[in-house]
Amino acid sequence: MTRKHQRLIGLLAAGVVLGVAATLVFQALDDTLVFFYSPTQAAERQFRPGEAIRLGGLVKAESVQHSDDSLKVWFVVTDGANDVTVTYDGILPDLFRDEQGVVAEGSFLPDGTFAATEVLARHDENYMPKEVAEALREQGLFVGEDGEKSY
Amino acid sequence: MAKALHRLANPARFLRIASPLLPWIAAGAAVCSGAGLWFGLVDSPPDYQQGDAARIMYVHVPAAWNALAGYAGLAIASAVALVWRHPLALVAARCIAPVGACFTVIAIATGSIWGHPMWGTWWVWDARLTSVVVLLFLYLGYIALLQAFDEQETGERAATVLALIGAVNLPVIKFSVDWWNTLHQPASILRFGGPSIDPAMLLPLMLMAGGFTLLFAYLVIIRMQTELARRRVMALRRAALAVSQPNDA
Repeated sequence: MTRKHQRLIGLLAAGVVLGVAATLVFQALDDTLVFFYSPTQAAERQFRPGEAIRLGGLVKAESVQHSDDSLKVWFVVTDGANDVTVTYDGILPDLFRDEQGVVAEGSFLPDGTFAATEVLARHDENYMPKEVAEALREQGLFVGEDGEKSY
Repeated sequence: MAKALHRLANPARFLRIASPLLPWIAAGAAVCSGAGLWFGLVDSPPDYQQGDAARIMYVHVPAAWNALAGYAGLAIASAVALVWRHPLALVAARCIAPVGACFTVIAIATGSIWGHPMWGTWWVWDARLTSVVVLLFLYLGYIALLQAFDEQETGERAATVLALIGAVNLPVIKFSVDWWNTLHQPASILRFGGPSIDPAMLLPLMLMAGGFTLLFAYLVIIRMQTELARRRVMALRRAALAVSQPNDA
C-alpha cells in the first residue's frame, strides 16, 4: 500500500466519521433547529403561556378580522389539522392574505390564543405570472397561495 | 485514469488549455448575463404574488448556486491536494475561496433585500439563512488560515482540513428547507416533480445561472494564472538568490 492509498483511505474514513457525527448532532438538535412550530406541533408540545415561540402555518380563509379603530388584527393560523387564533397589533407584511403562509412570533395566552409580537409572511416555492395563477385557479388545479403543502 | 488526470493537472498544461479558453468564457458570461438581464428585467412577467420583487431571484439564486458549487469545488480540490499532493489543486482551492466568498455575500445581500418587502424582515436565524452564513465564515476562515502561518505549507494544510470538514455544511444548506421548518421557501428548481416555476421565469433564471457560472470560472482561472505566475516569480527569485549567494544556501 502506497502513502497515497493510505492518505486516500484516511480521508474516506475521516469523511465517514464526520458524516456520522454530523448526522448525530443534527438529529440531537432537531427540535431546536426548527424556525417555527405548526399548530399541531404546538398542541403536542403544550407550551406554557408566556413562553416565547414562533407559530407557522397558513392564514385560514376568511378568518382575518381587523379592528375598526386600531391596527389590531385577529386571524386563524392552520395547518389543516389544528387551528390557533392569533392576535396581533401592528403592520402586517405585504404578502399577508388568506391562505398565505405566515410565521408569528409571540406566546400563547392562558386562554389558548396566540399573542403575536411580530408577523412574517412566508413565501412558497411557486413562481408564476398572474395569468397562469388565475387560469390554474379556474381549473381548480391550484388551491390558493400555498397549494402544495410546503412547510 | 489517475495518471491521465495527473498529466492534465500539470500547471503548464493547465495554462496552455485554460488561457485560450478565457476570452470565450468571458464572452459567454457576457452574452448569458446580458440576455438573462433582458429577459429577467424586461421580457418576463412579474410574479402573481410578489410582483416585480421576484426579479431579485434572477441574481440571488445563481449567486447562491455558485456559492455552493464553488465550495464543492474548493472541497474537491482540497481532497485532491491532500491525497495526491498535487500543486495545481492547492492553487485552484486558494483561488476559488475569495470568489466563492463574494458570491455568498451577493446571495445573502440580495436575499435580505428581497426578504424585507416579502417576509417583512431583513434577516431571521432560520436553518437556511444560518447555514449560508456558516458557509461565508468557512470561506473567510479558509482564506484566513491560508495566511495565518509563517510557513505557507502549514497554512495550506490547516486550510485544507478546514475546507474538507466544512463540506458537511453543503448538504445541510441544500436540505435545510426540507429537514426543518424554515422561513426560507423550499427549492423551486432542483426538486422532485420538476421545477415549480413558470417557463417564462425559468428562462432568465437559467441564462443568469449560466452567466454567473461562466463569470465564476473566468474569475477563478484569472486568479489561477496570477497565482501560478506569482509562484514562478518566487521560485526564480529564490534561484537567483541561491546563485548570487551560494554560501548561504
